[in-house]
Amino acid sequence: MKALLVGEFRDGKILPATYELLTFAAKLGAETVMFLAGREDMLPHYGGKLYLADVSSVGEFNPDGHKGLISQVVEKEKPDMVVFSHSSYGWDLAPRVGLALGAGILSEVVEVEAGGEFVVPACNAKLRRRLKPKTPVTVVTLQAGAFAAASTMEESPVVEKMGGGSEVKVTFDGYVMAEKAEVDLGKAEVIVSAGRGIGKPENLALVTALAQALGGEFAASRPVVDAGWADHSRQVGTTGQSVAPKLYMACGISGAIQHLAGMKKSDFIVAINTDRDAPIGEIADVLVVADLKQFLPVFTAKVQAG
Amino acid sequence: MKILVCIKQVPDLESRFKINAQGTWFEETDLAWRMNEYDEYAVEQAVLLKEQVGEADITILSVGADRVVETIKKALAMGGDRGVHVRDAHSYEKDPFEIASIIAEYARDKGYDLIFMGMQSQDRGSAQVGVLVGEMLGVSVLTTLVRFECDGQRVRAERELEGGLRAKVSAPIPALVTCQLGLNKPRYPTLPNIMKAKKKEIQTVEVGDLLKANARIETIGMYPPVRKGGGLILEGDVSDLAERLLGILKEKTTVIR
Repeated sequence: MKALLVGEFRDGKILPATYELLTFAAKLGAETVMFLAGREDMLPHYGGKLYLADVSSVGEFNPDGHKGLISQVVEKEKPDMVVFSHSSYGWDLAPRVGLALGAGILSEVVEVEAGGEFVVPACNAKLRRRLKPKTPVTVVTLQAGAFAAASTMEESPVVEKMGGGSEVKVTFDGYVMAEKAEVDLGKAEVIVSAGRGIGKPENLALVTALAQALGGEFAASRPVVDAGWADHSRQVGTTGQSVAPKLYMACGISGAIQHLAGMKKSDFIVAINTDRDAPIGEIADVLVVADLKQFLPVFTAKVQAG
Repeated sequence: MKILVCIKQVPDLESRFKINAQGTWFEETDLAWRMNEYDEYAVEQAVLLKEQVGEADITILSVGADRVVETIKKALAMGGDRGVHVRDAHSYEKDPFEIASIIAEYARDKGYDLIFMGMQSQDRGSAQVGVLVGEMLGVSVLTTLVRFECDGQRVRAERELEGGLRAKVSAPIPALVTCQLGLNKPRYPTLPNIMKAKKKEIQTVEVGDLLKANARIETIGMYPPVRKGGGLILEGDVSDLAERLLGILKEKTTVIR
């Protein structure tokens, strides 16, 4: 078994998720080579063979070009598997590479099992699917954090430089940073967060009232921000802020992986949800099965009364 | 301008799912069905583009059982011009490569300038079908968009990355774009538009006429994840629950004095 790992370089840095690919490969017992569009003076801590394309000429985001380069490496190395992170880079590029190689493609793998089977989530993590590729070469993307990176060794790769990668339809014209957050949720000791389960914008007041009673900040999950009920600066999750308060209360938040990634390091997590099976229950210290519209006013009054 | 929007009907994710007898998918009876949330942004962006350029024709396509016609009608009420139902009672058994092959087979040679899709579905979330269709058709593919402009020659867009970062990207049309949540504000169909949509044509195509590929992934099984978290579950009367939670927070955290 041989795996080609596709590392990720963004805004001048190697992304740490690159090292999660190594954990996955070790779990499979695979021999590895790596591809990276990166820089020679900033090599990954990796002891194997690295195919390095110069990022200053091929670009950090250049899906058509990177697809061509990865196909070249596949041609030479004949791997059984090409592995990406399930990130904005990986989910864009993996299907392109998979199609070019005639490979079966598995997205957001969370586990590998005996017999060449892979586990992926479905229905907002409420279910899992066990899948098996039917093709000689497989392309996979790995869920962020599912294969935690081991501490990196002070190793250096054997570098083989690559040219090419100039076939381009989609061009990358630079990064834009979302507006600076006006609220620094990172400093709050208590965060009370509203999810889709609040139902309508008026109910946000129940969440802010509890946040105030606890001397904390209120926050929101993505659907609440997308609906325009809360400002983006209050969004917790992969595309918002990452927080780790002493107490995080998730009100009506089902627990999509993107949200969990932004709050699972909190010291103590309480979830309030009508759905006993909501995935948030996986990481909550306490799951209160209740309708937040009834529960929050009563609880807030008790907090205020001490 | 010719526009195609591909949409998927998905179950309401608040549902309780039961695994089917084969153990490979969920039981589809007793579920409420709706348009995949990401696809609502795709439909809206297509309609906005039509409003911008004036002359455009929007085809709404969905693959699935007969029930998906209801979701096609919703997209027509939002502003689509015509519908295509690729009838397939077994679409849930197909892998993303097969679904993409079906859509590409339909779209090939029809000269669409733009194809809009959601960046993933809420039930499977593979994020593959859009990219595969675009690559099969040989058009530009831009994914995960939170901003979209088209001047009739090029698409200029922003794609969402992690941690609040966005990438500015552009590409010539024809192009396929996949839409991320928050790209726009999907409209609610008005009653007059719902009535008008009833008169719009929905063509039915049998999936067998379009499927020329074999699956590359086999489904072995589906199951609910084993609950690992040893978290406490509190149930009962609201007042009692509030009392118990307050007691726990006083004991286990330092935030309540």
